[in-house]
Amino acid sequence: MALIIYLTVSALLILGIILIRRKITDNVLSVLFLAVQWGFGIYEYFNQNTVQLEYFTPDAIGLILLFVLNIVGTASIFYSFIYFRYNNDTPKKRSIYFAAILTLITSLSAAYLANHIAILWIFVELTTLSSTVLIYHNRTEKSLEATWKYLFISSISVALIFIGILFLGLAVQQAKLGGMFFPDLLKNATRLDEFWLKASFLLVFTGFTVKAGLAPMYTVGIDAKDKAPTPAAAIFSSAIMNVGFLGIFRMFEITSKTTVHQWASMVVIISAAISVFISASYMVRVKSFKRMFAYSSIEHMGIIMLGMAMGGIGYYGAILHAILHSLAKSSLFYQCGSIFRVMKSKFIKDSGNYFELNTFGAVIIIIGFFIITAMPPSGLFVSEFMIFRSMFEAKYLWLMIIMLVLLSFIVWSMGENLFKLLFVKSENLEMKSDSERIGFFETLPQLMLLAGAVYLGLYPPPFLHNLIQQALVNLK
Amino acid sequence: MINVLMLVFIMSLFVCSTASRIRTFIKVIALQGVLLFGFFLVRLNEINIANLILLLLETIIIKSIAIPYFLEYLIKKNKMTREAEPYISNFSSIFIFTCANLLLFFLANTLKGGIFQNIFFVGSISTIFTGFYLIILRHKIITNVIGFIILENGVVILSLAVGNEMPMLVNLGILLDIFVTVLVLGIFANKLGDVFKEGEVDQLIQLKD
Repeated sequence: MALIIYLTVSALLILGIILIRRKITDNVLSVLFLAVQWGFGIYEYFNQNTVQLEYFTPDAIGLILLFVLNIVGTASIFYSFIYFRYNNDTPKKRSIYFAAILTLITSLSAAYLANHIAILWIFVELTTLSSTVLIYHNRTEKSLEATWKYLFISSISVALIFIGILFLGLAVQQAKLGGMFFPDLLKNATRLDEFWLKASFLLVFTGFTVKAGLAPMYTVGIDAKDKAPTPAAAIFSSAIMNVGFLGIFRMFEITSKTTVHQWASMVVIISAAISVFISASYMVRVKSFKRMFAYSSIEHMGIIMLGMAMGGIGYYGAILHAILHSLAKSSLFYQCGSIFRVMKSKFIKDSGNYFELNTFGAVIIIIGFFIITAMPPSGLFVSEFMIFRSMFEAKYLWLMIIMLVLLSFIVWSMGENLFKLLFVKSENLEMKSDSERIGFFETLPQLMLLAGAVYLGLYPPPFLHNLIQQALVNLK
Repeated sequence: MINVLMLVFIMSLFVCSTASRIRTFIKVIALQGVLLFGFFLVRLNEINIANLILLLLETIIIKSIAIPYFLEYLIKKNKMTREAEPYISNFSSIFIFTCANLLLFFLANTLKGGIFQNIFFVGSISTIFTGFYLIILRHKIITNVIGFIILENGVVILSLAVGNEMPMLVNLGILLDIFVTVLVLGIFANKLGDVFKEGEVDQLIQLKD
């Protein structure tokens, strides 16, 4: 019942934004939506594991990601207000933007809670369509190119997922199971035909790599994060990557019950290792901050997947890492928006002297740098440590060493770019001395997100700990 | 009956492999929509009014009328009539196609048992292959969209082969999603046609590291 109310109210609010097209209604309806979104999240938390509308179950992993989405979504809407204060877009463009971002949040929430593989598919497709609108927001040639690539490749990937679902359906049919609900599939996983399960896993995995940002289909995600406005890019590099993670996680859970598990882990390891390698090699030559952070997301998703493939403590580390990375990375993307406003450019070569121009922002960059590169006391250090420990325990020492070398490359190139931004006196500094000062209150949410990434990593509160434990029940 | 329909379907794929006029592709897509309707009718166990309406909507209305009409509008507006010179010549392309299909049917015949005996399964693999072929080896953005539509047709046939009945609601959601996707693809193909006059994929090279 709550789900119907949630979906209807969201749809009405989105419709209202599109139809009225006034600044004040955009803001009021968005805030109203956030209230509904949080209410929905809390309601689902207290109704854990109850089937709703037949196709939705708030299970532990879905709830964790839903709360991450709520946090990031709230911050993104807040920064969207700021974004539009400095961009004189037409009311129409503005309303379309807000409608798209609310649709995106709604469809992500529904996708997290879906308990039927085809319903998950439907909402993932819906996220593609709504993010397309966000990427196209600036209406430039480059954003058009990014939009087209994202839309087209995502559509193909979603078609691949569907073929995977059909193959899974074949296995389900041969095993004479009822439907394709996740709980049924998990319970009867051992009865599924090995060949079709393998084929299905491969296709679904490849399809979800677009959303998750893994090799082989990571490319369009980078362009999307580069071209979308920063508040939207923050959602792309956290909540949308999480939906890709969730899709892979759900399939992986099914394989983990069967003899295919070893093989599936190997597929995941190969993809994850290549992703980290790609991220490290592009990070060295990247030209803009947004693309740098986008590549950093690829690295983190690679690490998460490694944790998942290794098993043991790695499972816990993977989910914790997904949560913490979402918080830290979205904070850095919001800061990208401030950098752009101060420097009037997002390119690394045009930047410098940020410490004097925007002190609060510079502090965020420094803290964010330590947190995102997983240096203690960052929470990501804890989760990454767990993942590397699981690699050690699974006797993948050589892979661990290669990954650590690649990570140090990433830390080095990220540090080089960010410290250039902070301290190097730029040549055209005079031009930028008139740039605006950015207040403390605008920076505060970023600080809170980063603090969250530290706190949740070092002292996970009991309810989070329990949720993660419950999410892993099927993997042991 | 099924064999005849499938034969026509595979022949339409052969046409796609060599066609160079975009209008030919559109005609093929319209024809495929009708053939899909035929497949569904033959496969249908019981005629149930709700199912029939859904089928009509999915195949005839959307695939044979709405989408071709929309594509026609696009090519008229952007004055795109011909596909540019393909990466692989038409002769090689039909050769590759014949070989691939022969291999596929031969394999399916030798692998006795289960799903490989199912004509829909073999046909769908061939269709999905065609879709990817058009997406990868053609220059024009509009041809890529057409490749995607053919890919989706292949997926529909595959769902017939699998015969896993999804609940009605789920089917409706899937149908709606695919339709909206094609619509949005069309809208952006239109925009791309306005901005990049040639409408070729090779022009999309600005974003890189």
